[in-house]
Amino acid sequence: MTVLFYILSAIMIVSALFVVFSKNPINSVIYLIVCFIAMAGHYILLNAQFLAVVHIIVYTGAIMVLFLFVIMLLNLNKAIIPQKSRITRISAVITGGIFFLVLLAATRQTFEIHAKNTFASDIGLVSNVGKTLFRDFLLPFEISSVLFISSMVGAVMFGKKEATT
Amino acid sequence: MKEIASAIQLIPLWYYIMLSSALFSIGLMGVLFRRNIIVILMCIELMFNSVNLLLTAFSAYHSDPAGQVFVFFIMIVAAAEVAVGLSIVVMMKRNVESVDINLLHRLKW
Repeated sequence: MTVLFYILSAIMIVSALFVVFSKNPINSVIYLIVCFIAMAGHYILLNAQFLAVVHIIVYTGAIMVLFLFVIMLLNLNKAIIPQKSRITRISAVITGGIFFLVLLAATRQTFEIHAKNTFASDIGLVSNVGKTLFRDFLLPFEISSVLFISSMVGAVMFGKKEATT
Repeated sequence: MKEIASAIQLIPLWYYIMLSSALFSIGLMGVLFRRNIIVILMCIELMFNSVNLLLTAFSAYHSDPAGQVFVFFIMIVAAAEVAVGLSIVVMMKRNVESVDINLLHRLKW
């Protein structure tokens, strides 16, 4: 079971690196889809079944398809964009590496934490997540519908062509 | 199902923190590295997902379903943000004829 964890982690990190470093944006989208599918595998490993399925449907099925639509409609796969200067790229890599080290150093004392013996392994099932969502988190759930309406109105407003007088 | 539940006891929490930190710093590096605005949006999605993974790991380790509900809300916000962000990209393509972020420099001093 730990072998599965290592394989999924390796797939995720390698495809994330390819997302950043590949030249064609369509290749980046494909590698990000691979990364998301590996992350759904991680969710299943943690027994978060509802989140795994919602992750595949929402992220891989909707958001990445939206990215592909925009890239294809605007012909961005043929756009040649110059890269940043070499010193900027090197300092970006160094910044990422130093930030990673700082995060690891800040969380170093969680090394000894293991799962407690009395844990409920069924909190990831759909019924339990649904009960928590509709009992404790009902108000944020209803307000998120307002969030969706506002983002839809904003997206349509941005997409309209300006009326030429 | 019992084997999947026992995986949580075999893998220490430190591994999930390390994995999530690695993904977050790779996404951060991508935002600083690239000039194409679509790839920058994808690296922001990568950062969102690293946080999702860490929240789910903590929720599984402490048997608290509130962590997974919060991940659900983060997915909602990410979906709405991608919709608005991509419509901004379409408008940018219409006005500046490119998706290079170095061309949007009018707010600089």
